[in-house]
Amino acid sequence: MVGRPFVVRSKRQDTADTWTLELSAPGSESGLTFAPGQFTMLAAGGTGEVPISISGDPSNSSMLVHTVRSVGLATAAICGAEPGQALAVRGPFGRAWPVERLEGLDVVACAGGIGLAPLRPAILALLARRERYGRLVLLYGARTPDQLLFADDLANWSAQGFEVHTTVDSSGPEWLGHVGVITRLIGRAGIAKGHFGAMLCGPEIMMRVTAGALADEGVEDELLYVSAERNMQCGIGHCGHCQLGPTLVCRDGPVYSWAALRRWLEVREL
Amino acid sequence: MRRLEQVLAEIPTFSGLEDSQLKLIAGCGQNTRVGAGALLLREGEAADTFYLIRRGRIALEVHAPGAGALRIETLGADEVVGWSWLFAPYRWQLDARALEPCSLVAFDAACLRGKAEEDHELGYQLMVRFAANLVERLQATRFQLLDVYGNARATL
Repeated sequence: MVGRPFVVRSKRQDTADTWTLELSAPGSESGLTFAPGQFTMLAAGGTGEVPISISGDPSNSSMLVHTVRSVGLATAAICGAEPGQALAVRGPFGRAWPVERLEGLDVVACAGGIGLAPLRPAILALLARRERYGRLVLLYGARTPDQLLFADDLANWSAQGFEVHTTVDSSGPEWLGHVGVITRLIGRAGIAKGHFGAMLCGPEIMMRVTAGALADEGVEDELLYVSAERNMQCGIGHCGHCQLGPTLVCRDGPVYSWAALRRWLEVREL
Repeated sequence: MRRLEQVLAEIPTFSGLEDSQLKLIAGCGQNTRVGAGALLLREGEAADTFYLIRRGRIALEVHAPGAGALRIETLGADEVVGWSWLFAPYRWQLDARALEPCSLVAFDAACLRGKAEEDHELGYQLMVRFAANLVERLQATRFQLLDVYGNARATL
């Protein structure tokens, strides 16, 4: 369980508390081969490991890309790392978004806040095989306009055939987009008019409410996938900290079908 | 050109109403257009006119001294703007501003309240439908209050 050193090659600040880091193995330009939705255990300077979803392009393994929100000691240390500094990486771990299973369907990706980062590889994978899907829709919500991630990507994805709808919880007069919760976008995007599979990532409250709203519009539980989050520590199914019902999120997730996960999220003690 | 009651029949808030009821409601409405930036409702003023959006987007705002307009929700096509016209003291609680040129149906609130008073079945149906809108918007507002994206304790 010793992490491999990966060197920070570049760093970009996305929002007031979120940074995107590009890393590669020392002495090489190789990153990590991974599937969309997987995560690594990342550590900087002995402050402890945290599970961070990979946010890069799965077809490009030259760089390992992570988008990290600084919320505590370990993530602050990772976000504070500068180019040339080494981070310890274990992984990749976890089950991936089922981009192959959703072929032939319309697909809606619903992201809340930093949740767009784990969905970004899946979105890129869908666009790489655009002809295999029907409508591609992204519903993305954030707290305020300055907390929306990947503005350039959103514009590019829209140009490549993703229907991109964004909303914020509140704004000033300079924002001319939608204001309101993400579920208000579902009707506007016409989800009921298609045969959709769905991928959701964001705060669990947001995923619960959005899953229910999508079900109301006819999206089947078996075609709806979420990225669960619990207190993952070992990442390899040994420590049990991330147990959720009969599953371990690091091993059996983080991506689950809503049909499999729903009943465990309804147990408040878990 | 379709009659207004035909348009209303396709709007979620009014769908399922009887033709006679739709005609009564349409009798209090008329098509109108506003430009971007137009203030439709102003906080504190009498709720004399409410609107159905046919095309365009409307922002619900609260004015804060020193901060200007704080935008709390946006509404789009087929949505109704304003429900304070249905509940005493019939005064608007928020501002509503057009974000872009809008095609609207403007309803005379006093006209429709009068018809609802004369025809209690119509009044009941309006209450049920607007209450459903209220419930949906209240739930959404509660989740906005949780600030799930910014509140680390609510992010699991």
